[in-house]
Order: sequence, then C-alpha cells, then structure tokens
Amino acid sequence: MSEKPRLTYINGRGRMESIRWLLAAAGVEFEEIFLQTREQLLKLGQDGSLMFHQLPLVEIDGMKLVQCRAILSYIAGKYNLYGKDLKERALIDMYVEGISDLMQLILMFPFSPPEAKEKNIATISEKATERYFPVFEKVLKQHGQDFLVGNRFSWADVQLMEAILAVEEKVPSVLSGFPQLQAFKTKMSNMPTIKKFLQPGSPRKPPPDENYVATVMKIFKLD
Amino acid sequence: MSGKPVLHYPNSRGRMESVRWLLAAAGVEFEEKFLEKKEDLQKLQSDGSLLFQQVPMVEIDGMKLVQTRAILNYIAGKYNLYGKDVKERALIDMYVEGMADLYELIMMNVVQPADKKEEHLANALDKATNRYFPVFEKILNHGHDFLVGNKLSRADVSLLETILVVEERKPDALAKFPLLQSFKARISNTPNIKKFLQPGSQRKPPLQEKDIPSLMAIFH
Repeated sequence: MSEKPRLTYINGRGRMESIRWLLAAAGVEFEEIFLQTREQLLKLGQDGSLMFHQLPLVEIDGMKLVQCRAILSYIAGKYNLYGKDLKERALIDMYVEGISDLMQLILMFPFSPPEAKEKNIATISEKATERYFPVFEKVLKQHGQDFLVGNRFSWADVQLMEAILAVEEKVPSVLSGFPQLQAFKTKMSNMPTIKKFLQPGSPRKPPPDENYVATVMKIFKLD
Repeated sequence: MSGKPVLHYPNSRGRMESVRWLLAAAGVEFEEKFLEKKEDLQKLQSDGSLLFQQVPMVEIDGMKLVQTRAILNYIAGKYNLYGKDVKERALIDMYVEGMADLYELIMMNVVQPADKKEEHLANALDKATNRYFPVFEKILNHGHDFLVGNKLSRADVSLLETILVVEERKPDALAKFPLLQSFKARISNTPNIKKFLQPGSQRKPPLQEKDIPSLMAIFH
C-alpha cells in the first residue's frame, strides 16, 4: 500500500524535529533524506518539489507537503491525534501554538551570539516557568486526566513532551515547581511509541551543535 | 443561543485583521472591544481571560480562544471554509502558511529601524513577486474560480487580503500576474467581501507611524 513518509531536511532538529516526534508518537515509520549542500536545496526548488523554496518537505500520500504547521496538522488529522471535534481541535491548536512560541526561542538559541546566550537561557527559563508551563500544570490538575485534551492522547501531548525535554536540556531543574508536569513527563516517556523514540538509534536528533549551525548557515544562507 | 463573537485587540490591524477578514467572508457579524491602554490588557490578563497573557483573543461559542492560528482554524472549520477532506485541508494549510510568512514580513516593516526599513521592504516585495505570487498564479491555471476544491475557502480570503496589503506598498504588484488580477476582482465582488471592503466596515486601515507609540505603550 502507501509507502513510508519521506522527510527531507538537514541532519539536525530544526523545524523538522516536531514532525519526527509526531510521526514517531503515532507509530509511523519514515525515511529521511539529509541535505548537505546548498546546491541540493536549490535543485529541489528548481524541480518544483518545494512550493515556497523552503524546507521542511514531507512526501506523504502522494503529496509534497511544505510548511511545518500544514505537515503537522495533516499528520495529526490522519492519525487521530487532533481531538474528536472542532472544540477539542481548538484547544489542541491553542496549546500547540503556545508551546510553539516557546519552542521558537529554543529554535533560535543556537544562532544567537555567545555574549547573548546566558540572557537567552534566562528568557527561555522565565517564559517556560511563568507563561507556558503554569498553563499546562493547571490544565492537568483541573481535570486530573493523563492527557491534555479529551482524555485521549493527542498532538498537544506530543508537543508538550518535546518542549519539556528541550527546555530541560537548557534548564535542567525547570520542572521543579510543576508536579503535574513531572508526572506527565514520566507517563509520556513510558508510552511505547515515545519510549522507542527516546532510545538511542531512533530518528530523534541530538541537540544542535556548532556543526548544525554551520550547516544551516551554509545551506539556507540565512539573512 | 450564542451571541456574536467578541474580538479583543487594539483598534488596528496587527494579528487580528486576518480574523476580521475571515469572519466577514463567512458573513458572521462580530463585536470588538478595543484595548486602548496598558490597563485594558492588564485587566484581561488578571481576570484569566488570556491563556498565555496575550491578545488576540476571541470570545466565541463559550470559549475564549487565543493564538491567531487556533482562532482562524476554528472559524474556518465552523463556517465550512476549510476544504472537504484532510487533503484539501493540507493544501489550504500550505497556501495559508506561505501567505502568513509574507504577511508577517510586510507587517514587520513598520517596526524596522529607520535605516533598515527601505531594504527590508524591498526584500519583502521581492519575495511577494518572485516567491509567493508566482505560486498562486500557477495554481489558478486550473481555471477554477477558487484556489482549492472549486469552492471558496480561507485560502482565497487569505490570498486576497495579502494581495491588497502588498498593493498598498507597491500598487503594480500584480502587473505580471493576470490570473491573480482576475482572482482579485472576482473575490472582491463576492457579497460578504464586497461589503467588508466598503467604507464603514470593520476593516482597519494601514498602520500609521503616529499610531505606533500608543500601540507600543499597551504592550510594553
């Protein structure tokens, strides 16, 4: 039947990592193509594979999908991780968008100058502990359920899990004031698909390093 | 039943304008509560109305929705402007996200430092004419009136909104795009949008430099 989805990006987290998380959480195996030169990116643009000449690109079900949110929404919808109706969908969207604002700080962090790094970590810590994590701590406390929305595993849970781990890499004690989130993290880590994704050898990519930054600058020619 | 949706935002386009467009295109009447000073925002924050302490916020169907995309997704879904299946939805999402990138670029021009403004605008307009508009010109080769599924969707609303915003900065932006020109005329003439484009509607004017300080004062 259908082939596996195929992801085209660089060999690093960037804007593709949330997609890897979601596919993995849904138990979907996928293939990856890693670009190493700018010429490869330009060629993809020229042959019409990239609608807006940008990555990520995910080939799935006969489509060449670009734009992270379009890709994530499609995967969530297809694998029943998007709630049962419009209202649950709205909750999931709100949670995912909020978390995505926090993840944007993490995404940009490797590209900040060395002298700004300490301040940026402080900003990430502040936003996580004062704006975003309290919201989800409260949601989980209020309904007492395992999952954020509709008593059922959804895209929102996957995104929150990814964000918790990403922030912890920068601020190891960030969950110290959030007992519900600590329990959530443990439960998510033990879900079979996520457990597998968290093991060595999975498609999960390591934290960005200098090599990653250099590759991004070279291939995407950031302004 | 439910009352009209209530939009909470300053009296300017910003991140609420695409919501106004979509509601208008769906023929949905809405009310607006304008934030005029910092205290207005603080009140909403302290009474727990804003999930992440930010606007836009739209009260609709018993919910206080925040995050522009969540709001737009809900409205599009509720009023059948989001395609007929997951694949049409994926196309619509791709188009809308691309346009959101362009819109964001143009919107951000007004807050660029004075010495960078011109270059920034030139870059945005270059992207409009060389990256984004050609994509939609090509899509319209299918000969249908609308971008996706031969039916009005949020993608059409978003494209019209984006075209008009670009034309405000570069009146001849569509010179090389005949299909986009006829698209613009056609969609502008659909009854709900035609009404929204007339004076006296809830559509907001472009941001003026003189209004920036009072806007900044609300948020900082």
